[in-house]
Amino acid sequence: MVIATMNDGDEARIADRTRVKRLGSAKSKAQLRALLLIAPLLIFLLLVFVLPIAVLLTRAVDNRAASAALPYTLSALSAWDEESAPDEALFAAFATDLKQSPRDQIAEVAKRLNYYETGMRSMLLKTARTIRNAKPPYNAAFVAIDPKWETPHYWTLIKNASPPFTDYYLLASLDLERDASGAIGRVSAENAVHVDVLIRTFVVSASVIVICLFLGYPLAALIARSKGAVANALLILVLLPFWTSLLVRTSAWVVLLQGRGVINSALIWLGLVDPAHPLDLIYNRIGVLIAMTHILLPFMVLPIYSVMKSIPPVYLRAASSLGAPPMSAFLRIYLPMSMPGVSAGGLLVFILAFGYYITPALVGGPGDQMVSYFIAYYSNQVTNWGMAAALSTILLVAVLILYAVYNRIVGIDRLRIG
Amino acid sequence: MTNFLSFPRLFSILLWLAGGLVILFLIAPIVAIVPLSFNAEPFFTYPMPGLSLRWYREFFDSNVWQLALKNSIIVAVFATLLSTFLGTLAAIGLSRPSCPARATLTAILISPMIVPVIVSAVGIYYAFAAVGLLNSLTGLVLAHTAIGAPFVVITVTATLASFDHNLMRAASSLGAAPVEATLRIMLPVIAPGVASGALFAFVTSFDEVVIALFIAGSEERTLPRQMWSGVRETLSPTIAAVATLLILFSTLFLATIQWLQRRAERQKIAHRD
Repeated sequence: MVIATMNDGDEARIADRTRVKRLGSAKSKAQLRALLLIAPLLIFLLLVFVLPIAVLLTRAVDNRAASAALPYTLSALSAWDEESAPDEALFAAFATDLKQSPRDQIAEVAKRLNYYETGMRSMLLKTARTIRNAKPPYNAAFVAIDPKWETPHYWTLIKNASPPFTDYYLLASLDLERDASGAIGRVSAENAVHVDVLIRTFVVSASVIVICLFLGYPLAALIARSKGAVANALLILVLLPFWTSLLVRTSAWVVLLQGRGVINSALIWLGLVDPAHPLDLIYNRIGVLIAMTHILLPFMVLPIYSVMKSIPPVYLRAASSLGAPPMSAFLRIYLPMSMPGVSAGGLLVFILAFGYYITPALVGGPGDQMVSYFIAYYSNQVTNWGMAAALSTILLVAVLILYAVYNRIVGIDRLRIG
Repeated sequence: MTNFLSFPRLFSILLWLAGGLVILFLIAPIVAIVPLSFNAEPFFTYPMPGLSLRWYREFFDSNVWQLALKNSIIVAVFATLLSTFLGTLAAIGLSRPSCPARATLTAILISPMIVPVIVSAVGIYYAFAAVGLLNSLTGLVLAHTAIGAPFVVITVTATLASFDHNLMRAASSLGAAPVEATLRIMLPVIAPGVASGALFAFVTSFDEVVIALFIAGSEERTLPRQMWSGVRETLSPTIAAVATLLILFSTLFLATIQWLQRRAERQKIAHRD
C-alpha cells in the first residue's frame, strides 16, 4: 500500500511537472507573440530615438578629442611633473602629433582647449600650421612660433584635457569648474550664465502654472457645472485652440502684441495710450507669459474639468444643508476634491513649459530665453556639443523627475489625449 | 434664506463672467488673425482699409510656400502611415494579457512624447548627421514617425481596454487563424481608435517645427518651418493667410476627432447591450 501510494504520488508529481511545463511553454509562447507585435516599433524607436539621444548625452562627458589627436604628446606628458620646463622629448612628441593628426582633429582639440583658456585655440592652430615645416630641435621652433610654449601652464592645460571622460561640461552647465588642484568652485561672475538660465526657466514655468491655474480653474468649474449642449460648446472652445497649430497661435500673438499691432492700435484709438509710446507687450517677459499661458491653458483646464465632473453635486448641497456658507462649502469640500485635477494639470503644464523653445524664441527678448534656447545655441551656432549635451542632460533629468512625480500622483495610464 | 438663494446666483454670474473672459482670451487671438488675412494693406490693425485676396494669392503663387506645403503633406502622410502601422501593432501587443514587462515597454514606447522636443531634435540631428540623413525628407519622415507613434499607441491602447478578448477566443474556436481574427474581428472594433491615433500622428507631424529646424535644409522646409522664418524675419500678412488656412484645417480636424470619439462611445454602449 505504502509503495503504491508513493508511486501514485510520483506519477501525480510527474504529471504536474509536465502540465506546468506545458503551461509554461504556452505562456512563454504567448509572451513571445505579444513581444513580436511590439518589436517593430520598439526597434524603430530604439534606432531613431533612444539611441540618438543616448549618443548625444554621452557627449556631455566625452573627452576623447585630445587622446585621439595627441597620442604621443599625452604619453610624454604622463611622465612630466607639471612644474619643470618642458623638455625636447615633449616638444618632439607634440611636433609629431601636430604633423600626423588630421587637421579637423587638431581643430577639435584647439576648440576644446579654448574652453579652458581663451586664446589657446589660435595659439594651437597657428602652431599646427607652422610646425609642419619645422625641423628638430623642436624646442626652439615652438618658442619661435609662440614664446608661451615655454611656460609649464599651457602644458598643464593639455595634460588636464587628456582623460577620456570629463565632468567639465556638466560642471560648467551648473556654473562650476575645477581649479588646478581639482577642487570644485564657482566660475567667474562673467562666465556664470547657466544657473541664471535654469532659474529663469523654472521661474517662467512656475509663473505660467500659476496664471494657468487662476484662469483655468474657474473655466473648468464653469464647464463642469454646465450641462448638455452648453458644456459641449464650451469644451469645443477650449479644444479648438488646443488643436490649432502652435505657430499659428504664436504668430497670432505677434500680430496682436506688436507696437503697431491690434491691441496697441486699439488702445491708441481709445485714447488710453500715447501713439508715440505704444506699450511694450512683446519681445519681453510679458509677451512670453501671455503666449505660453495661451498655449498651455487647455492642458490645465482639461484635467481639472475631468476631475470636477466626477464630484457629485449632492456633496455641496449636503454641506449647505448642514449650514455651511457657500464659501466654506467651496473651500472645505469642492476645492480639496478638485485638487487631483489641479496637481495633474499643474504638473503637465510644468513638464511642457520646462522644455519650451519655439514660443520664447519668437515672442521673448534676450533675457527670456529658456534652457532649450541655449541647447539650440550650443548645438547650432557655436557647435559646442559638450555643452549642448550637458544642458540636455539637465533638462531631461528635470523633466523625467517631474514625470515620475506625475506618474506617482496621477498615473501614466490616466494620460489621455483629445 | 434669501442669502442662501441669492449667493449662488451671484456666484454663477461671477463664474460665467470669469469663464467667459478666459474663453475670450483663448479664442480671440485665433479669431482676430482671420480677418487680417483679407486685409488689402499690409498692416495688422483694425479697421481694415479694404478687403483683398492678395495674401492668399501670394501664398498660392509662391514657390517657397508651395514647396513647404508639399513637403509638409508628403512627410505627414508617410509619417502617419508608418507610425499608425507600427503603433497599432505595438498597442495590440501591449494589450495582450500575456504581455511581459508592460510598464517598462509602455514607458519606452511613449517616451518621444515626454522627452522635451529640443533634446529629441538635437539628438536626432547628431545621429542623422553621422548616417547622412540630414537634409532629406526620409530623415524627417523617420523622425516624425518616432514622435507620432506614441499618440497611436495611446489611443489604440485606450480603445483596446474596452475590447472583449472573448471575441477573439470565439473567432479562433470557430476556426479563424489569429491573423484573420485580428483583421476581421478586432480591427473593425478598434478602427475609431486607430483613425484618431492616425489623425493625431498626422497633426503632430504637420505642426512640428523644432526637429524640422534642425534636420531639414532649405529644400526640405515644411510649412511650420517656413512660418517660423516668416514670423522671425519679415512678418507679412501672408502668414495670416497661412494661419487662416491652418485654423480651417484644425477645425476640420477637431470635428473629425469629435465624430470619431462619439462613434467609439456609441459602439461601447452598443457592445454593453
